Amino acid sequence: MRDTGTILFLSMEKISDTAAEHHVDYVGAKMGMWVFLFTELLLFGGLFLLYSVYRLRYAADFHRSAAELDIFLGTANTVILLTSSLSMVCSLLAMKKEKTNLSLLLQIVTILSGVLFLVNKFIEWSAHIERGIYPDSPVVLAMSGGEIIFYSLYYVMTGIHGLHVLVGVGLISATVIFTFRRTIGPSNFVKLENTGLYWHFVDIIWIYLFPLFYLIT
Amino acid sequence: MAEKEQTGQSVKYKTYIFVWLGLLLLTVTTVAVSKFRLTGYAVPVALLIATAKAALVITFFMHLRYEPRILKLMLLIALVAFTLILLLTFSDVWYR
Amino acid sequence: MAFGGSVERESFYEAPGRYRGILSWILSTDHKRIGLMYLAGVLTFFSIGVTLGILMRINLIDPGRFITARIYNSLFTVHGVIQIFLFIIPGIPASLGNFFLPILIGAKDVAFPRINLMSWWLYMIGGVLVVLSIFTDGKAPDTGWTFYAPYSIRTPTNVSVALIGVFILGFSSILTGLNFVTTIHRLRAPGMKWFRMPLFVWSLYATAWTQVLATPILGITLFLLVLERFFGIGFFDPVKGGDPILFEHLFWIYSHPAVYIMILPAMGVVSEIFPVFSKRTIFGYKAIAFSSLGIAFFGYLVWGHHMFTSGMSDTSRIIFSLITFLVAVPSGVKVFNWIATMYKGSVETDSPLLFCLAFIFLFSIGGLTGLINGTLSLNLYIHGTYFIVGHFHYTMFGGTGFGFFAGLHYWFPKMFGKMYNERLAKLSLLVLFIGFNILYFSMFILGLQGMPRRYFSYLPKFHTNHVISTVGSWILALGLIMMFGNLIRSMFRGEKAPDNPWGGKTLEWQIPSPPPRENFEEIPVIKHGAYKYD
Repeated sequence: MRDTGTILFLSMEKISDTAAEHHVDYVGAKMGMWVFLFTELLLFGGLFLLYSVYRLRYAADFHRSAAELDIFLGTANTVILLTSSLSMVCSLLAMKKEKTNLSLLLQIVTILSGVLFLVNKFIEWSAHIERGIYPDSPVVLAMSGGEIIFYSLYYVMTGIHGLHVLVGVGLISATVIFTFRRTIGPSNFVKLENTGLYWHFVDIIWIYLFPLFYLIT
Repeated sequence: MAEKEQTGQSVKYKTYIFVWLGLLLLTVTTVAVSKFRLTGYAVPVALLIATAKAALVITFFMHLRYEPRILKLMLLIALVAFTLILLLTFSDVWYR
Repeated sequence: MAFGGSVERESFYEAPGRYRGILSWILSTDHKRIGLMYLAGVLTFFSIGVTLGILMRINLIDPGRFITARIYNSLFTVHGVIQIFLFIIPGIPASLGNFFLPILIGAKDVAFPRINLMSWWLYMIGGVLVVLSIFTDGKAPDTGWTFYAPYSIRTPTNVSVALIGVFILGFSSILTGLNFVTTIHRLRAPGMKWFRMPLFVWSLYATAWTQVLATPILGITLFLLVLERFFGIGFFDPVKGGDPILFEHLFWIYSHPAVYIMILPAMGVVSEIFPVFSKRTIFGYKAIAFSSLGIAFFGYLVWGHHMFTSGMSDTSRIIFSLITFLVAVPSGVKVFNWIATMYKGSVETDSPLLFCLAFIFLFSIGGLTGLINGTLSLNLYIHGTYFIVGHFHYTMFGGTGFGFFAGLHYWFPKMFGKMYNERLAKLSLLVLFIGFNILYFSMFILGLQGMPRRYFSYLPKFHTNHVISTVGSWILALGLIMMFGNLIRSMFRGEKAPDNPWGGKTLEWQIPSPPPRENFEEIPVIKHGAYKYD
């Protein structure tokens, strides 16, 4: 998926056939990104809606199941993402200050943080799957309704979030390439800024996921 | 070009680092608080802290503080829409 | 050079861009070409949807003679999915909206032309997937277009392919909305203040916000349904602790605002046409503009009225019923203002205006029966009956459909540089109108008599009205053939149209028919409101 995203991103540059395209509306481009993020907000909103309804209904089961999650890994992932947001926004600041190499470095740091987050997620999920906890498994089907729903929500919400982290890593890889090619530079950095906005949004979703799954015991 | 002019406000690295420290502090707080037996208050408190963190990210990292007012209005509309949907759904779920 | 301008005024048809032939269309970022490609797609899918509808009605004069019950279930499912997701929702915004929005605000294109092209590709891919679901494995989905759980989880038919198709379509819709919001905020010509914009633009703005804020919920819901079918996650499955009513909530949280995505642009079209054909400025411009926003806002809060018999709490049902009554008010404001516009105007009864008058009549019947449906006590009786089917066809087809036809006729000369045959257009409208009312009014009667919807067969007492309805469908089909025959033929053989055949005051009538590639030689400076008739 990351490759498709990057390829799409790069090829979009080519499909442009009027003079109108070459003039970039900085505010307009940012506005477009913000509106896109609203759609993402509503997308995750639907999931949070489901979570809150089921939490009300299955309070005890949710408490019990949440205790099984690894708080250390969850907290670590939170810190990783928060730090990656820092590196991302600093990479933009560096670009604005014409420190292109520093910006490049910080973008790469952000990518590595994202990858680290995903590695952690993989470890967490593997641990659960090894214990036989995954949708429709015999272990899960023997659980009570509330526990089944909890684990489904866990996999679906952290899964879709993880997908967004992956896409984010892909997008930042693209901005790294653009920075190298000087397509992104100190006087045209809206692509970097918009990628940053996306990344911060992904961070915010995790800011809410973390307490709702790991801390409500 | 246009972008350079429109980024008049000079934010410093220091600002971002302070925000990041604030976020870390809130994270530690929310983990610590979860150890206490807050029962009914656990979720609202957790959400409150999460919202404070989100607000910091939106205001500073996402630059919303310095953006044109229309963008802030749009965010408000999106949040209001989501909140109303949540409330109306609960008017069913809570009273069944 | 079918649609050519003259040598001095090269139209956008003669400006292919970097590619030649078919690539100059399917890889074009020109909003006008994209609008026309959407038009082709939309009308093709509409024809498929109509055909399925005709087949359904044929079954209903003699249930079981030609069509089995299982096939019938798939017919109404795919008919609904195609007409709603491939015709009515994208219909006006994607075709007429894409073509005219930039021109109406004095811009050269939309804010993100490449994303616009991507929207069209996603639309076609999604559409193909949905149609494909009819054929793969020979098991077209049979859940109804509403995909209610838990049947949609259990049915062995090809629900997943259709769901993925609709998911992709949703993405297309979201990108269009995003594009339009940004375009309207950022690309208005100098002097084009918010309250100088044409009302079609206001309606597209309200629609775009709804697309952006509502469609993602459909996206996640359908995605979850696919996950249910493949991984058994259980959110909507009672066996696993899930709640099917939550599916209904999530589904209708999108699908109710969706009907406002459908109707607002049609109302915008109608608001454009009335001033021109009354030679008077629109009555109550600001009221109409704000009512568009009002409809979009309230439309967000009424979804529960689709679920009155589902088992929801009494509290929520009362709240939803109340807000449903409120949402009718802004629509009433518009109808009043349109009619008031004609008062003491110099009315030209050309086909675009006649389509609008038909729109008002048909949509009003739809709207008033909507109030009946929204009344909680009555709803318990008529939910799930043909009364509902009649209601939504009057609003969606009689409303949006006829509004779309009105817009097609109104803007036909601008898009193609040709005129259609006016007498044939009027005749088509007459046939359409007669067929429509016979087909759908009988449904109100059937519903009140107790005929349930989505039923393959029925008690003998319903037979007569079903026959009447089916005959109506044939007359309607004839009208459609006449109307589209007229328009398609005139695209190639019609008389050359002047730049401003109707005497319109909005910007599209100040440029050549068809428009040049960049719309304007130089961006105009706007000095007054949209409908300046002295």
